Amino acid sequence: MSTEPILQARGLNKRYGRVVALDNADFDLMPNEILAVIGDNGAGKSTLIKALTGAVIPDFGEIRLNGQPIAFKSPIDARNRGIETVYQNLAVSPALSIADNLFLGREKRRDDWIGKIFRTLDRGYMQREARQKLSELGLLTIQNINQPVETLSGGQRQGVAVARAAAFGSRVVILDEPTAALGVKESRKVLELMLRLKARGLPIVLISHNMPHVFEVADRIHIHRLGKRIAVIDPKKHSMSDAVAIMTGAMAPPAAEAA
Amino acid sequence: MSDNASGSGSAESGLAGADQSVASFDETDVGLVRRMQGFLHQYPTSIPFIVLLVGVVIFSIAAPGKFFAPFNFSLVLQQVTIIAVLGIAQTLIILTAGIDLSVGAIMILCSVVMGRTAVVYGVPVEIAFPLGLICGIACGLVNGVIVTLLRLPPFIVTLGTWSIFGALNVWYSKSETIRSQDMQEAAPFLQWTGSLFKPYDFFSKTLGLDWTFLKGWVLTYGSIVMLLVALAVWYILNRTAFGRHVYATGDDPDAARLAGISTTKTLIGVYTLAGFICAIAAWVLIGRIGGVSPQAGQTANLDSITAVVIGGTSLFGGRGSIIGTLIGALIVGVFRNGLALSGLELLWQDFAVGVLIIVAVTIDQWIRKLSA
Repeated sequence: MSTEPILQARGLNKRYGRVVALDNADFDLMPNEILAVIGDNGAGKSTLIKALTGAVIPDFGEIRLNGQPIAFKSPIDARNRGIETVYQNLAVSPALSIADNLFLGREKRRDDWIGKIFRTLDRGYMQREARQKLSELGLLTIQNINQPVETLSGGQRQGVAVARAAAFGSRVVILDEPTAALGVKESRKVLELMLRLKARGLPIVLISHNMPHVFEVADRIHIHRLGKRIAVIDPKKHSMSDAVAIMTGAMAPPAAEAA
Repeated sequence: MSDNASGSGSAESGLAGADQSVASFDETDVGLVRRMQGFLHQYPTSIPFIVLLVGVVIFSIAAPGKFFAPFNFSLVLQQVTIIAVLGIAQTLIILTAGIDLSVGAIMILCSVVMGRTAVVYGVPVEIAFPLGLICGIACGLVNGVIVTLLRLPPFIVTLGTWSIFGALNVWYSKSETIRSQDMQEAAPFLQWTGSLFKPYDFFSKTLGLDWTFLKGWVLTYGSIVMLLVALAVWYILNRTAFGRHVYATGDDPDAARLAGISTTKTLIGVYTLAGFICAIAAWVLIGRIGGVSPQAGQTANLDSITAVVIGGTSLFGGRGSIIGTLIGALIVGVFRNGLALSGLELLWQDFAVGVLIIVAVTIDQWIRKLSA
């Protein structure tokens, strides 16, 4: 991989009092790949992701987006730069409709004078757009774009959350444990969704504890341990037990791929 | 944890023949009750609407000739107008999963500010009236700022401000009432909401229409103000981004924040808007009683909450509507009026309203189970 990474971090450090959450952590996301991030509980992977999405500001270290150094001040800041995150707890509003949820926080106003004076929303546009986004992702079976999200199954809700990220994430989509709360069948649907996003050229970061899922979709696996990246492995060359052994410290990281 | 890396899909290979359409709906053999639950979930306003219809039918039979008459309906409408306007303010707050115990106190304070400034201190009504509106906005803003910046529960905050606004009311009014005649002389504009409006005459004069079904209806301009406020708030809630944010904030504040909504701004906006609507209610109140009484509307706080709850708005936030609150206020009015005309004592009116509240909350809980 000689191409320039889309999202890159070098030497990130973050301390909470005496706890070192990030200890010179590095990170590289290449164009058009699914990068899985795995690590034991407390390894600092969620702090890493938060630093990359603006939810946590690292004490020092550098983050580059498309080669440009950037410093996010908030998640909204990161979002405006095209980094979308799907959070573990879904972050959808159950009582609002699918269309409302897709545009929540970035509603589209009517362009004409009515929109300017009365701040009227362009509901037609948002509904059309929402329907199109969902059908692009193969979620068209959700017929009624105006039905409340709470009437959907867990997989469908996750689908809405992923669709929202995909619709607005122009550069990177980060998925935090997207299948943790889902059944087998629904997880499958979300994995397919990720592959479809990748096919559309969006690089994806997948944080997951589910090794079979990680090994199925990931192009590379970033293994996080004790606050830093200790290895990036190719899932085709290593087994799941290797990954777990490296992650827990039972096995030394492969020398050639150690970072 | 499986040992083979290559066979990651093998654990799920049994799914090959399974239904792949995750995003389809399980509509097989749902019982009637379940379907009803689903219907009510989708159209929550249908329950209060049905209750209102049932009430009208029952009292038409129980009090023949007296209840089902345009004149009586007009009376009910006049009686519920103030509570309905306060209820609209309360709906906004309850949609954000809050509660405002100070709406009644804000209304009375604003009515005192409007009336006393104009009548006793002789300030032109063009200044006194906006002053009252500003008073409402300021009270709402105080509530909103305390709720968001000090992160205190709305119940406690508004319990405190209820007392504070009440004290300010006594201080400014010196507990003096303003008589209707004095108001008539100094500031007739403030009484305008109490003046009568006959829809039949209006339509026959302006449009030359002979709508006989409107004969006998006597509204007040206060009722029209109420409808305009309802329309405006309905519009804000359903057609603007702010309105969507109000629902999202009440529904799940964490999700709203993650979606990039400033819940602090939304909440302050909601409380301020509610304060402004309370000031409008003050204007309607002056019209209704003709003058200003610092002791008026003592039960208005709880009555407004009653209207909202009976109207199907969830106390847990994120669910409810303005039309529901209007119907909720009408239900209370119809039941009180109907029971009185049926010859029952006042205590049974309170009894019936109590039952309605409990039934409404029970139904709300039941509907919410669908989403759990």
